Amino acid sequence: MTKFTLNGKTVTYKGDANKTLLWFVREDEGLTGSKFGCGVAMCGACTMHLNGNPVRACSTPMSAVNGATVTTIEGISSKVANAVQSAWETLDVVQCGYCQSGQIMSAVALLKNNPSPSDADIDSAMNGNLCRCATYHRIRAAIHNAASQLAKEA
Amino acid sequence: MNLFRFIPQPLKVSRRQFIRVSSLAGAGFAIGGISLPLSVSGKAAEDAPEKAVEQAGYGHFIKITPDNKVTVVIKHLDKGQGVTTGLTAIVAEELDASWEQMHWEFAPADATKYNNLFWGPVQGTGGSSSIANSWMQLRQAGAAARQLLIQAAAKKWKVSAADISVSQGRVKHTSGKSFSFGELANLAAQEIPPQNPVLKNPAQFTLIGTPHIPRIDSKEKSRGKAQYTIDVKLPGMLRAVILHPPRFGATIKSVDKTAAMKIKGVRQVVETPRGVGVIADSYWTALQARNVLKVDWDESLVEKRSSSDLWREYKDLAKKEGGVVRNDGDVNAAFNNADKTIELAFEFPYLAHATMEPLNCTVQIKGDHCEIWTGSQIQTLDQGTLAQITGLPLSNIKVNTQFAGGSFGRRAVPDSDFVLDAALIAKASGLNVPIAMQWAREDDMRGGRYRPMAYHTFKAAIDKKGNLSAWHQRVVSQSLLRGTPFEGMIQGPVDPTITEGGHTLPYHIENLKVDAHEAKVGIPILWWRSVGHTHNAFATEVFFDEVARSLEQDPVEFRLKLLKDHPRHAGVLKLAAEKAGWGKKLPANKSRGVAVHESFNSFVAQVAEVTVNKNGSFKVDKIVCAVDCGIAVTPDVIKAQMEGGIGFGLGAVLGEQITIADGKVEQSNFFDYFPMRMENMPEIEVHIVKSAEAPTGVGEPGTPPAGPAVANALRHFSKKPITVLPIGNKIDLA
Ligand code: FES
Ligand code: FES
Repeated sequence: MTKFTLNGKTVTYKGDANKTLLWFVREDEGLTGSKFGCGVAMCGACTMHLNGNPVRACSTPMSAVNGATVTTIEGISSKVANAVQSAWETLDVVQCGYCQSGQIMSAVALLKNNPSPSDADIDSAMNGNLCRCATYHRIRAAIHNAASQLAKEA
Repeated sequence: MNLFRFIPQPLKVSRRQFIRVSSLAGAGFAIGGISLPLSVSGKAAEDAPEKAVEQAGYGHFIKITPDNKVTVVIKHLDKGQGVTTGLTAIVAEELDASWEQMHWEFAPADATKYNNLFWGPVQGTGGSSSIANSWMQLRQAGAAARQLLIQAAAKKWKVSAADISVSQGRVKHTSGKSFSFGELANLAAQEIPPQNPVLKNPAQFTLIGTPHIPRIDSKEKSRGKAQYTIDVKLPGMLRAVILHPPRFGATIKSVDKTAAMKIKGVRQVVETPRGVGVIADSYWTALQARNVLKVDWDESLVEKRSSSDLWREYKDLAKKEGGVVRNDGDVNAAFNNADKTIELAFEFPYLAHATMEPLNCTVQIKGDHCEIWTGSQIQTLDQGTLAQITGLPLSNIKVNTQFAGGSFGRRAVPDSDFVLDAALIAKASGLNVPIAMQWAREDDMRGGRYRPMAYHTFKAAIDKKGNLSAWHQRVVSQSLLRGTPFEGMIQGPVDPTITEGGHTLPYHIENLKVDAHEAKVGIPILWWRSVGHTHNAFATEVFFDEVARSLEQDPVEFRLKLLKDHPRHAGVLKLAAEKAGWGKKLPANKSRGVAVHESFNSFVAQVAEVTVNKNGSFKVDKIVCAVDCGIAVTPDVIKAQMEGGIGFGLGAVLGEQITIADGKVEQSNFFDYFPMRMENMPEIEVHIVKSAEAPTGVGEPGTPPAGPAVANALRHFSKKPITVLPIGNKIDLA
């Protein structure tokens, strides 16, 4: 049996231990904010936080989450998360929007570790998150925007 | 996607609208109109307009309710292009609503009410036509609704309508008293709508054209709340996946499903004309079951050639004259009299759309009713496919349009492929519960429907005076239209999508010829963001630079010289060049390149700036873009579409290709197919030309010039012009 904390709530899972976290969260828990894009850790659409670190949930087996704390786009509510999401809205980053939960999860993790990232830091932290609509230009601007917002508040 | 441009006459129909208002049972009113003729002939419509309206149906476009909400009914698919914001802004403008009170919802699929006015009796989104075809329709609906609110207020206050004005969502009398729209909603429902509502003069616009109208879907898409097809949840719903054959055109000989059926949670394994379907309780389970299927395929009719075979055949074909699409002056004579000639050939690979959301469709066939949930670009076409396989009338087929996780043309499919997969599985299963069919990324990458491969040859003549006297382009590619329901759009000797952007070359050249061959290949293809312009813009603009180079002409000056009759091309070119500092000195390891191209009646010029390293590796630093798309309805969305279009086009030119080995697609996922990523995205600057022309689309036109602008910039360092795509991350230095 796998037991872990999902967005602050304790959840349990019995079944195929190879099943991945993404499908458990989407289908069993009904939280559909995290998306499926590739299934092989190459696009970042499924990004969640596992014990605070960004992971590709499509490639994280249920056996690996026992005892862990998992946060999805539905469960982020920190100061950093608020700054990131409001920067995303202010700059109208989204187009189709499908990749954006994953982008935001990666961006929040980046800013938690590095409050004032350079363009190069952003490139390396965000390069695993594909956006087929190519909103990269605004994602970069929104991360800088959120960083300076947070710096002002601090 | 741009298929209906070729239908004769749809643009000439009367745009007259019949404005109707309906009371929403004490909850405000809805207003809409319909353009004639649709399903009725023009003559019948003129003779008996009221009857024609009845026949044709009547579509609601705006609902105003007592809670003071204005809801715009969106007949187009949102696939990221911002259509929900754009169409809502058009209504808000004529209505003088406040942006905060505006809401939207997707229209039901019903071509009698929600057709694309450029396409005739078809509901659909594509060819960058959403704003353009809705422009007058929604302005009229908005202006009529505004008029109704004024009439209602005049009656209530017992004053003259002339003393009433509307602004920011309030209806005001000169005395100072005012109503919200919500307060007047039920009263307005009783009013008779004006048949010829007075539209604003564009100079009176207060919302349209303002720099940043906030996107209406930003919040839900930034909070994980927007619902896509993959997110649809319905009672009793099951999940399905499909196993497609390894080569296009194969059919099932036999299936051994023993191992698959042993997996807990698997409901059925079904055979369909398109592959083997697995229905299970969850996607994960269905996928596990699919992995253990044993299928014997009948490959007697499959395509078995490889990309290398196709290139050989394309090059052979290009030695002969094809169907002549354009022939100005006398090309042969000009070549005979030439002082010198320049020749070049280009190779463009197949490209995948690779929408971020792997394609999917949820379907329920229950009794005499069929319902689907999906993001479809041409609802009417998919309804027709479903009617055919279920035997139900069109009216019993309901389409619930969902947000689409990208499309780029992929969701406008002549044979409705992914919708069909879902429906065929549901039908074969005999189940009457909803079934959510989901392609894995590998299914999507290998499922066909690519931007076709294309081979171009060019020859130009320079006469004794040093003028460009002749230009001959020949293209070999597959036809997008032939053998599809859209075949009727082929009016000339070859499918016009093969040479579009080539046969419409704007440069003034006395002797100009374009001809083309339709190659017959069993690899399914489809329109891909800007269709034929994707390769024609690259080939023509790179070849043009080669000509300029051999004449030692400045690429911008030379273009302007030959664009005298094309002021809108020249306008964007001048603007982009000026903003990019064209001609200003750059460090020795940097250079600039330019391209200008019109597609879908919008004009775009781009100047690229690149840095090239000593080993030939390079980086695209910046692209300065100028666009003329008529009146800029929502400038920030236009900018976003230019940014996205550039990233999409540039990604393809740098890294994307689908290759075929013995009929099998070699790529399968994002570890062997390489779209643009963050590290390669250049800085982008977008400038919009001020214009009073009617608005035209922006979803596609940003894509074509990006590749050639970069290739032309790289040419300053490269040994040869860039003619084989993708470029990769290195060039051969001169
Ligand atoms: S779906 Fe997990 S990285 Fe693509
Ligand atoms: S917004 Fe469409 S994939 Fe990123």
